[in-house]
Amino acid sequence: MSDTAPLSTGAIRRQMLAEFWFYFRQNRGAVAGLFVFILLVLTAIFAPVLAPHDPTVQYRDAFLLPPVWQEGGRADFLLGTDAVGRDMLSRLIFGAQYSLFIGIVVVAIALVGGVIIGLVAGFFRGWVDAVIMRVMDVILAFPSLLLALVLVAVLGPGLTNAMIAIAIVYQPHFARLTRAAVMGEMRREYVTAARVAGAGNLRLMFRTILPNCLGPLIVQATLSFSSAVLDSAALGFLGMGAQPPAPEWGTMLAEAREFILRAWWVVTFPGLAILVSVLAINMMGDGLRDALDPKLKRS
Amino acid sequence: MVRFLLSKLLYLVPTFLGITIVAFGFVRILPGDPVLLMAGERGVSPERHAELSAQLGFDKPVVMQYFDFLGRLLHGDFGNSLVTKKPVLTEFLALFPATVELGLCAILIATLIGVPVGVLAAIKRGSWFDQVSMTSALVGFSMPIFWWGLLLIILFSGVLGWTPVSGRISLMYYFPESTGFMLIDSLMSGQEGAFRSAVSHLILPSIVLATVPLAVIARQTRSAMLEVMGEDYVRTARAKGMPRRRVIGVHALRNAMIPVVTTIGLQIGVLMAGAILTETIFSWPGIGKWMIDSISRRDYPVVQSGLLLIAGLVMVVNLLVDLTYGLINPRIRAS
Repeated sequence: MSDTAPLSTGAIRRQMLAEFWFYFRQNRGAVAGLFVFILLVLTAIFAPVLAPHDPTVQYRDAFLLPPVWQEGGRADFLLGTDAVGRDMLSRLIFGAQYSLFIGIVVVAIALVGGVIIGLVAGFFRGWVDAVIMRVMDVILAFPSLLLALVLVAVLGPGLTNAMIAIAIVYQPHFARLTRAAVMGEMRREYVTAARVAGAGNLRLMFRTILPNCLGPLIVQATLSFSSAVLDSAALGFLGMGAQPPAPEWGTMLAEAREFILRAWWVVTFPGLAILVSVLAINMMGDGLRDALDPKLKRS
Repeated sequence: MVRFLLSKLLYLVPTFLGITIVAFGFVRILPGDPVLLMAGERGVSPERHAELSAQLGFDKPVVMQYFDFLGRLLHGDFGNSLVTKKPVLTEFLALFPATVELGLCAILIATLIGVPVGVLAAIKRGSWFDQVSMTSALVGFSMPIFWWGLLLIILFSGVLGWTPVSGRISLMYYFPESTGFMLIDSLMSGQEGAFRSAVSHLILPSIVLATVPLAVIARQTRSAMLEVMGEDYVRTARAKGMPRRRVIGVHALRNAMIPVVTTIGLQIGVLMAGAILTETIFSWPGIGKWMIDSISRRDYPVVQSGLLLIAGLVMVVNLLVDLTYGLINPRIRAS
């Protein structure tokens, strides 16, 4: 083995990373997206330090204060306050925690569930595959937000249930992708070789085949991350996601709705935060696709 | 073609049955007694409870209940709303035109802008137009449309005062609904200003609902055009000295349209999800708002049948898209 592989595993990995970064860097948007995303992560991590106020404390002397640059604004509330006198900036900063947390949990559940289901379907084929894929078709037949809404109605409104509902709605995408990739890989010789060498089904599925199907899954995970942020904000906006007084951006928008014609800032900033985060993740996703999809690399 | 159609239809049967199981199971897995849930906070006497259970079939085994449910569906009985007591299907059909009108306008806007923008961006690849339009498309694709709707209301209704905030037509006008489509009904009513009022009510919701499909269509058109323009036959046509306009219009565009048509068709699911948010923001009396209201009122028969009807609708439209695809691309039919 060592005769034919002069490079150590570590060196190969470094080379792959360097190649990945080379292609990723060519997409300027993707790099900008990554930068914004890192900022978002730092904001979420250091929220307690960065936020000037507690996000749930109501200042009775400061209802619906405009941002500091507008007449009537105050320096201690840079982006103004909401209808019950809470600091907008602090709520937005803590909102980043919610969005990232939701994205990570939803993608983790959908990814793990979808990959296992897809691996089983693609590996065993036959009736197992037929049944699994019909179930996935059924989930995909419903408009995702509607199905998530109904699931939340069943489970009860709240952040945890919203995340579970969104993850259930997303996992068919991962299952289909994994299945297709597994079916492609199964015909390759290295899989036959591993099987002949005596690898069991589990080892074949998770150690031999899965690592070679990761590219499209990573891209899908990024896209699902941004969709999860959007959909959970939509659920929050419809009163079915995180419940007040949580500083979740969608929930903040729902609370701000009645003030849209009186106080533009309570509506504008939470939405802008959602847009910027989702856009950054999508831009990153575009770059990841360029860097990980060998078909696109050559074109 | 008949075989293709039959195979597609056969394929739908298990999916449709699956959808009915989901819709049926949804009410069953609700925590608590469904009769008590439907009765609401007032509760019911034990006698009435037994009577209602028997009436709704809850005293039978679950499998029997499911087949009863399926049997009723096949006879067009989708149950009655707990709130209005009207048949769910009647309510659905009454509100459906409003959503169709909104959806059609949105998809029209998305297509009429998205396709030309995508084509131009592909032709002028790398130009400022390409960059600006594709960046805008990415922004549109990432847009939380519920926020976008609120922003447009602030600007066009609040600041400029150009458009109304909610509803389908001004309360000043009253005429009987004949088609359910406000644009047509208002025109037919002959009342001065009615049509203009209907248009001004429709414009903002349509733009909001069109945003995501527009972005998707523009991006898809651009990449389909780029792919086709790299093909040998396009190069041949160009090499023969055919005018550029003709090469793009006849050879490239026609072939690039195949995936784009599919994309447009597949936006129906996106539109339905978008309609829920758009109709809520603009108080548009359509299916989306009806579903949201029913969920918050715990009107489970409406949620159950509404879910079924919407999923069925999406399924039928997807089938039609598949068929059109087979019609314009013989290679699909053969496989």
